[in-house]
Amino acid sequence: MKFTEEHEWLRVQGDVVVVGITEHASEQLGDVVFVELPDEGTVVSKDDEIVVIESVKAASDILAPLDGEIVEVNEALTDNPGLVNEDAMGEAWFFKMKAEDLSQMDEYMDEAKYKDMIG
Amino acid sequence: MADLRRTGLFDLHLELGGKMVPFAGWEMPVQYPMGVMGEHQHTRAHAGLFDVSHMGQVILRPPKGGTVADAARALEALVPVDVIGLGEGRQRYAMFTNEDGGILDDLMVANRGDHLFLVVNAARVGHDVAMMRGRLGEGVTVELISDRALLALQGPEAQAALERIVPEVAEMRFMDVAVLPVSGGDVWVSRSGYTGEDGFEISVPEDEAEGFARALLAMEEVAPIGLGARDSLRLEAGLCLYGSDIDETTSPVEAGLTWAIRKARRKGGARAGGFPGATRILGELEDGPARKRVGLAPEGRAPMRAGTEIFDGDEKVGEVTSGAFGPTLGAPMSMGYVAAGSAATGTRLTGEVRGKRLPVEVVDLPFVPANFKR
Repeated sequence: MKFTEEHEWLRVQGDVVVVGITEHASEQLGDVVFVELPDEGTVVSKDDEIVVIESVKAASDILAPLDGEIVEVNEALTDNPGLVNEDAMGEAWFFKMKAEDLSQMDEYMDEAKYKDMIG
Repeated sequence: MADLRRTGLFDLHLELGGKMVPFAGWEMPVQYPMGVMGEHQHTRAHAGLFDVSHMGQVILRPPKGGTVADAARALEALVPVDVIGLGEGRQRYAMFTNEDGGILDDLMVANRGDHLFLVVNAARVGHDVAMMRGRLGEGVTVELISDRALLALQGPEAQAALERIVPEVAEMRFMDVAVLPVSGGDVWVSRSGYTGEDGFEISVPEDEAEGFARALLAMEEVAPIGLGARDSLRLEAGLCLYGSDIDETTSPVEAGLTWAIRKARRKGGARAGGFPGATRILGELEDGPARKRVGLAPEGRAPMRAGTEIFDGDEKVGEVTSGAFGPTLGAPMSMGYVAAGSAATGTRLTGEVRGKRLPVEVVDLPFVPANFKR
């Protein structure tokens, strides 16, 4: 599993990368009340804003961590945004994407480095 | 956080796990470990304890040899509200207006027999006190209370909790005020608040405040509540936040606060006019305002937050001034100002969120019905 400075986690699953936000991020956001997901089939570039999360505090964006195509989104979050607070690292994944170049993942942190970053 | 003031309950907030943020020059808890959503729900179901010591507590005393009516008459020159008609032991909502009919602050005024007791917004304390000292006229003294904490206990179980410490509160009705003895001094209680729930605001001598708060928090019904839930509770209740929903550019009529302007101060009333901005405010009462504060219910789940532009067809007709997700409502909710022609309940408008025009409907306020003990 890899981690971005934007508090996303990336997990390779077969030929797709599953993306979510970390538990630390979900705690910082507070109760999540709305999640807007991209359309399946959307072709994205790294750092595109592709997901909007609204919590009781504010709106924030999730950036595409890699170049590629969104192949599946987690519709469960649309009906139950609170899932992000309950199980950020598991059930509450945001989208699965087919990466153009998996080596883009190399620049991201492993778990130990991410833990250092958040202190 | 340098230069921020701390209330007498600061250490208690930290002990309770409060997340402290700057607010109106104070360092205040925005939430506790329960979280905004949980704190909101707890207040609607049980009782929530809020530290509102940052708000300004002010006493207005009449000139020597005068009565409370003299202080009330002086205050009426600054507010479009019937203060003289306010009975002893009662409280009323009011607002200071400016010459343009805008709102300088909103406040609570209580008649406590031989003086008036005011509670004003934290960010406006300095302004309000200076203005009153300058303009209330000869002999009325303006005393800013600096040695008392202010707590709010809100929710359907607030009475059950508070009466264990102050039994007399069981007899109070909505908007009653009383000075009640407890060990260590008097508490100043009003049956009111800003959540839409039954509840009390309690002014406690600073030395007693922490003990008083701890005694309440030890009760099963009571949990500490931060500013985050205070905001979602007041928005569900359709109540204005000064600086967001009302300010120097909004008149009380535009803001839908006309219920606070009683007959005596209206055209044909016993003391019609005589407050700053009377020409505009009385004119709008007759002819209607050009824009109105309305409730706005977004159709989807996306909250429309403050600053969201509102359109009727292609025409921009207004803007959201407060918007959030309503935990009790279970849906997003906003309020804001729209042109009078687009303000009728049921009017379908759109709000621009991240470049997309999303449907939103004008609805009656409050979003969640009030639960007062009348």
